[in-house]
Order: sequence, then structure tokens, then C-alpha cells
Amino acid sequence: MAELTMVEAINLALREEMQRDERVVLLGEDVGVDGGIFRVTKDLIEEFGEARVMDTPLAESGILGFAIGMAMRGMIPVPELQFSGFAYEGFHQLESHASRMRWRSQGGLSVPMTVRMPYGAGVRALEHHSESREVFYAHMPGLKIVVPSGPRNARSLLLAAIRDPDPVVFFEPKASYRAFREEVPDDEEIAEIGKAVTVREGGDITIVAYGAMLPRTIEAAEALAKDSVSAEVIDLLTISPLDWPTVTASVRKTGRCVVVHEAPLSYGPGAEIVARVMEDSFLSLEAPVGRVAGPDVHVPYFAREQRYLPDCARILGVCKSVLDY
Amino acid sequence: MPRKTLDLGLEIEHLSILDPSGEADNELVPQIPDDMLLRGYRTMIKARRFDERRLKLQRSGRIGTFAPVTGQEAAQVGTIAALAENDWFVPSYRETAAHFWRDTDPADMLLYDAGYNEGGKLAEDGRLTPLSVPVGTQMLQAAGIAHAARMLGADDIAMTYFGDGATSQGDFHEAMNFAGVFDCPVVFVCQNNQYAISVPRARQTRSETLAQKAVAYGVPGIQVDGNDIFACYVAAHEAVERARDTGTPTLIECVTYRMEMHTTADDPTRYREDDEVDKWRKRDPIERFGKWLKGRDLLDDDAIATMEDEIKDEIETAWQTASDRIEELKDTDPMFAHIYAEETPELARQRKRMEQGQNPGGWSDG
Repeated sequence: MAELTMVEAINLALREEMQRDERVVLLGEDVGVDGGIFRVTKDLIEEFGEARVMDTPLAESGILGFAIGMAMRGMIPVPELQFSGFAYEGFHQLESHASRMRWRSQGGLSVPMTVRMPYGAGVRALEHHSESREVFYAHMPGLKIVVPSGPRNARSLLLAAIRDPDPVVFFEPKASYRAFREEVPDDEEIAEIGKAVTVREGGDITIVAYGAMLPRTIEAAEALAKDSVSAEVIDLLTISPLDWPTVTASVRKTGRCVVVHEAPLSYGPGAEIVARVMEDSFLSLEAPVGRVAGPDVHVPYFAREQRYLPDCARILGVCKSVLDY
Repeated sequence: MPRKTLDLGLEIEHLSILDPSGEADNELVPQIPDDMLLRGYRTMIKARRFDERRLKLQRSGRIGTFAPVTGQEAAQVGTIAALAENDWFVPSYRETAAHFWRDTDPADMLLYDAGYNEGGKLAEDGRLTPLSVPVGTQMLQAAGIAHAARMLGADDIAMTYFGDGATSQGDFHEAMNFAGVFDCPVVFVCQNNQYAISVPRARQTRSETLAQKAVAYGVPGIQVDGNDIFACYVAAHEAVERARDTGTPTLIECVTYRMEMHTTADDPTRYREDDEVDKWRKRDPIERFGKWLKGRDLLDDDAIATMEDEIKDEIETAWQTASDRIEELKDTDPMFAHIYAEETPELARQRKRMEQGQNPGGWSDG
């Protein structure tokens, strides 16, 4: 059992998979000699060589299109896009090919590839380094969208993603990369994609969150506990396909629900979750479902980025509105 | 000297072997077995007749739109014929003649044209990727396929097809660049058919040739007469050997002409003159190859008539097969199949709801 940061846990998962299956190949900008700009792929080139830890030309469509080809020819590529804000050059390859290849070929070809990309605000970076655009990808049939929230589930989810027969987009909450350590078991631990986890049980209100919003949501739940409100916190972990039974069961129990994400409010993941809660649990609801999100603006430059991000106070504010309804 | 011309040894060849009159430069004619020559000729005829039949089917509403290949048969058959059986064919959407060389079933193609996904079903070991509609995107995948084959210690290479318009896409640049940097055994076959729908070749680039773009990526490039099957074959054969032996990618520009419309939804009289089309008609790839074969006593009018009859039967049989399959499939609705390896619970829910005549979303009584 080791205490690892999320960066170290992802590095561990990559190493484990590369040791287990020689078809697993990393590729991307600076993933080799530099070990990745966040050091997620640190020391892997030394262990596995430059053929399996490929520093590529600076071209996101190139990285993903090349990886799709490698996957169709029998490899298991794990491309890294340096920031999700630079993924759009490669978006076309995901939308037009990776997500469709199994369907288009009627099962003849598949793309077992895991695209890793750091997302989200909170690390005092430049423009384009702070967005939370997971819905762009969640809207594509054929992809799976995974967002870990801590070191332990980052490792277990990444193992599952790499072994998944379909393309997975693995969003890494970079604000959580080094924010805290967690015990990660020595033995292999594999999560199930498409399963949410109830990280805190409670009977008064359900709070649904994921990624970098999870620690702030827990903080809010602890604050509510001091006011004798027992909040149940669900960590989605997979955005698509989403684990509706877990959400539904919780909301039917508590009768109240709040969704938290840092993506902009309108058409955000919360919109889908609210709609489904309304459909599945209407008669159990004691109040409208609340949404805590970023506003519909570009993430401000870093001096003001924390004003954009939902924090404990904003989560508490919405929870109280829902509780007092 | 502070300023001088760099001698980079950059030269772009143009290759032409068989002229429009059917005369060949005998020193340059490749050694190809007679049966393979005849198979090539037959494949070209079949592709053209298939276009003609499909146009009638489209005009009578039996199939949807498609992209005719007429005029580009030599560029496709000449290049694909250089591949080994286990090499990868990575097409765009106009490679009918290349498909026929690789034995793609015309009944499947018709089923696809009729709007049935089942027509696009691929064998797992088919060494073929699906039709790729977004222009230029498949070239990167071809480079990745070729690279992976190398990593796995296999000797298969990839050949990918695209047009003059695709060379304006960023993915063309990225594919050539990745292939060059990683020594990918891939052959890039550009069918410069002079038009991207209505936009002429001159509007795609100021470069004098498309082949010279290879220079920027440090890989070999060659321009060939794309209506000359021998020139196409020789360039492709050299490129395939070089790819297999040394992992060097090659760009081949086949200068050809799209004799028909871009797709059946297009009216080419809006953007080009009949004179231009007539000029290219005189450079027809099938006619010149036929003349050469006749001159070598490999073909005569009787053999051509027999071949035409056989091809007509094959195409009619294919349409009959496709029609039968359409009858079988028309009331089926497999829209939820093959989205993921395993159907997700949410997709199962939506599928069941639709099977019951409901919307995919909504509430249930439970």
C-alpha cells in the first residue's frame, strides 16, 4: 500500500498495463523524454523504450488519427493530449472515426484506445488550459467518458479503460493531480466503467458530483452534517454511460438532489441529470433539483478563476435552497 | 557566404509509359504476367459498367447517391495491384475499381448505396478499412496501421487513397509528417482528378505539382500519368517495395480526371466546359490499355464481348443479391447494434422503449 498522488497513481496504472500487455503504447507531445508536462508518464520511456513511449510531432489530429490506425491494426494505444483545450484539432478523429468504427464496419474493426487529457480550472494556467468540456464528448455515441476524482480510482479506472474494447476518453482533473494523496493498494484493483460510487451515505439530500468538484462537494456535505443534515454524495466517475440506477435509488430515498460540475451551466451534464431525475423520480421529489455549475462564460484568466469555479459556499447555497423549498 | 542556395537534391519525377494511342515505351513497361494484365483490364471495365448501372439505379430511386469512378480506373487498379494480399487498403469513397481488384462484393456495395449499414460490414481480417467520407482523415489511420504492423513484427504495409482536394486538409500534412517521422510503411495515392466537387485543382494549391509536397516531409514523391496503368503500377510497385524493405513512405500523384459528376447530386456543367471533358475523353485509361493488349494479341473483340457479357451478368447478379437482402432487411431495425462491444444498460433501455413504439427517453410506470 502506497500513498500516491493522482499523477503517481496514473503513472502506476500506465506502467502496470504496459508490463501486462506489450500492445499498450503511449504517444503524445512530450510524453517520452520529458515524462509529460505534468510528469504523468515519468520514467516510462526508460523502462519501455521510445517505441512504446512515443514523443510525437505537435499535432493532435495526427496523434489521434495515428492512434486509431494503430488500434485497428492490433495495438492498444493510450494517446495523451496535453490539455483538453488543445483537443479540438483531434476532435474530428474522435467524432468521425473512433466513435463510429465498430458501427461503421458492423463489428469488423474496433478502436480500443484510451485518450487521456487533463481538464478543468484551478491551476493558475493560461487561456485554453482550464476548460471543462466533457459534454462535447459525452454527446457522441460510441465513446465512454471517464472522470476520476482521486488517486485510487484514477488507477483502477485507467486499468479498466485500457482494457475496454471501445474508445474511452479519460478526463484527468488536473486541479487534483497533486492536491492530495491516497492509499493505493499494491494489488491490482480494477474499477467498472459505467458505475458510480456512493462515497458518503445520507438520507436528506443527494449530491451528485465528479472529478475536481468531488473534494468541494465532500467539504459541503461535512458542513451540512454540522447542521444535522445528512447528505448522500455520489461520485459519478463515468459520465457516459452514466449509472442511472445508483442516482435514481439515492434520489428516491432522499427526495432531494443537487448536481455539481464546473462545466458551464447551460447544456451541462447537470441538465441531463436533472431531466433524468425528473423522469425517474418525479413522485419522490420534495423540491426542484438544484444545479451548481460554472456560469456560461469563458473561464476567466487565472487571477479570477476561483470565482468561476463552484466552491463549498456555492454548493451549500444551492443545497440549502433545495432543503428549504 | 551569408546567402546561398541549398542543394537538397530535391527532384520530382514524372512517369508516363503508355500513351493515349496505346503506344508504350517498351523499356519502361513492367513485367506483369498476362493473366494479371487481363484481370486488371477486366477490373477497369467492371468498375465503369458498375458506375453506369448504379447511375440508372440511382436515377430510378433504387439506390442513393454515390461517387462515380469513371476515368480514374487506371489510377486505382494500377496502384492497388502492387499490394500483396495481406497489405491494407485504406480507401476514401471513390475507390470502386480498387475495391473490385480486392474482391469487395458488388452486392455489398449496392446494399451500402441503398442505405443499409449491413453493406459496410467488414471481415475482421479483411485488411480493409471502411469507406471514409470526411476528406483526408483516413490517411492518418493508414500511417498508424502501417506503424503498428511494424511494431508487431509483421510485414504488411498500407496504401491509402485520396484526391487533390484532400491535400489542402491539415490531416494530409499530419499524415505525411507522422509517416515521415516514424518511418511508416505506407503509400499515399493521390488521385488528382482535377476537381474537388466544383473547385478546380488550381484553387487547392499554388504548387506546380501535388507530388512535390512530399519534399517537405523528407519522403519520396512522384507524379505519374494517372490514366496510364503501367506508370501507376511502376510507381506503386517501387513505393510498396520501398515501404516494405525500408519503412519509407511515398506520395504518388496520379494525374487523372473525373469524367462524371462528383456524386449523382452534382451537375458538372456548372463548373467545367465540354471541351475540357472531351480532351480528357481522348486520354481514356481503359481505351489505351485495351489497344496495347490487342497489339500484344492478349485481347481481341470477341474476348472483350465475352468479358462484357460476364461483367453484365455479375452486376445483375449482384443487384439481384442486393435486392433480395434489401427485402430481408427492410423491416429490420438494427440501429442499436455495434455502438459498443457490449450494449450499455442505457442503450438497452432506449432500444426496448423504441421497440415498444415509445420515444427513447421518458418515464416508466416502475
